Amino acid sequence: MKESQRKSVLAVGPFHPLQEEMEFFQLTVDGEKVTDVNVRLSYNHRGIEKLSETLQFDQVPYLVSRVCGICSASHPLAYVQAVEEIAGVKPPDRALYVRTIINELERIHSHLLWVGLGGHFIGYDTVFMWAWKYREPVLDLLEEITGNRNNYGNVKVGGCREDIPDELIPKINQELDVIEKKTEMLTKAVLDDPVLHARLKGVGILKKDDAIKYAVTGPTARGSGIAIDVRRDDPYAAYADLDWKVISQPEGDVFAKAVVRLLETFESIKMVRQALARLPKGPVAVDVKEIPPGEGCGHAEAPRGETFHYVRSDGGNRPVRHKIRAPSYVNVPSFKASCIGADIADVTLTLAAVDPCYSCTERIAVVDGHNAVVHDYEELLRLSREKTALIKKEIGAPEMKLEGC
Amino acid sequence: MQQNELNRQLSRIQAKLTGIDRKAGNRVFLSCEAENVYAVCRFLFSELGLRFVISTGIDATDCFEVLHHFSNDESGCVVTVKAFVRNRESPELDSITPLIPGAEWIEREMHDLLGITFRNHPNLERLILADDWPEGVYPLRKEVQT
Repeated sequence: MKESQRKSVLAVGPFHPLQEEMEFFQLTVDGEKVTDVNVRLSYNHRGIEKLSETLQFDQVPYLVSRVCGICSASHPLAYVQAVEEIAGVKPPDRALYVRTIINELERIHSHLLWVGLGGHFIGYDTVFMWAWKYREPVLDLLEEITGNRNNYGNVKVGGCREDIPDELIPKINQELDVIEKKTEMLTKAVLDDPVLHARLKGVGILKKDDAIKYAVTGPTARGSGIAIDVRRDDPYAAYADLDWKVISQPEGDVFAKAVVRLLETFESIKMVRQALARLPKGPVAVDVKEIPPGEGCGHAEAPRGETFHYVRSDGGNRPVRHKIRAPSYVNVPSFKASCIGADIADVTLTLAAVDPCYSCTERIAVVDGHNAVVHDYEELLRLSREKTALIKKEIGAPEMKLEGC
Repeated sequence: MQQNELNRQLSRIQAKLTGIDRKAGNRVFLSCEAENVYAVCRFLFSELGLRFVISTGIDATDCFEVLHHFSNDESGCVVTVKAFVRNRESPELDSITPLIPGAEWIEREMHDLLGITFRNHPNLERLILADDWPEGVYPLRKEVQT
């Protein structure tokens, strides 16, 4: 591959600074097969770790909730847990429950978002529309609790900023009932659909040993048979008090990851219900005056996997070092294991299965080794949808119907 | 591996360490000099089967610290290898990427932001900094102001 060809691809690539996670994937292909994956990232690096060193400990949660608009509860939570570890602070029980409820609501909306995008990539736009419709009430609930649909800014060192008002609990339960029914319908549509079986099974397989080598986490790991979950392994917030299970699937393909996310949504609904029923009385925060010198590691299970924060304090009022690792940082490089040797038509889907955010997949370029043809995102989306249509024709499947919407 | 077993296993690598520090129940910090970092990480990753989490590079004014965080998921224990890189003029230590491919990006990131060189890294190209960023300016070093 000549260097000049690669550079011309970069100039064509669409960059949308409005979206998060700027990444550029350059795939080298031989005919239909992908032979190499090259990733370039940090087009929109915001220097959050360095900025964090200029802020006071209680200002940092606002900053880190902006690391990601979709996991904007897990980052501040991991951060405050690291600081609480340094200071030896234990937040009140009610705060732990409120944190759990907000984080699980976040997981529900994030997983529904992913189901919608997955449908979009393979040409099931009805799934896209409906999944995003069901997601809306979850964002509305988060707005009612925290004041914001995203970037909730609800946790602080020592507890939470806002409480869940008791009069809101019946409404949350009501919405959960509706969401559960809709998710059941979506899950059934996915698990029973022969086209989806044919389209998603055996595609983009991440083998268990590759998953370990690339240190992947979250549904990406659990879809490859590695049943790890910070909520169970190193319990934080109120997870140890709740009755739930870790979902994992051994196959490692896109279908397995879809199943993991769909079933996890039910677990999250279950957890929010339990947490609401057991919500202890009392305050939601304790006063924290000073952060002593020391270092702490905080981690939380975000919808995409483990969010890890390392904080070091020298006894002043700002962190001297704050390291942030979002789950996509370890999940994305695993494409080297799951995409090489795959068909181009499967690449958008394989990348989407890791759920690295929409923006990532929009930044794909394909360099054809023989013809020096550059395909863009639209072309890849078309290829992926054509493959689905072809499978539908082959097995004579009817159009998928979503009932009771 | 349960926590007791982990603690017992960790004492096997003591000769390569300068200290073991236990904090907050399930946080362990293993301090070592830069030359031992590969051996310690190989022990944790290959022998004990701990999961690699991420690394943190720190400009600690008199030296650089490279922290490799691992997790023993069965007991929820985070084991951090803290390697001290004493040579501030040309900070250098062994890469762990040949052992753990998942460390490729973070070592490239530390190379970009702190100017630490990782020996035997398969691809120590720029990851974070733009191609036209000036050579020799490392944004995460303390002398660089925000």
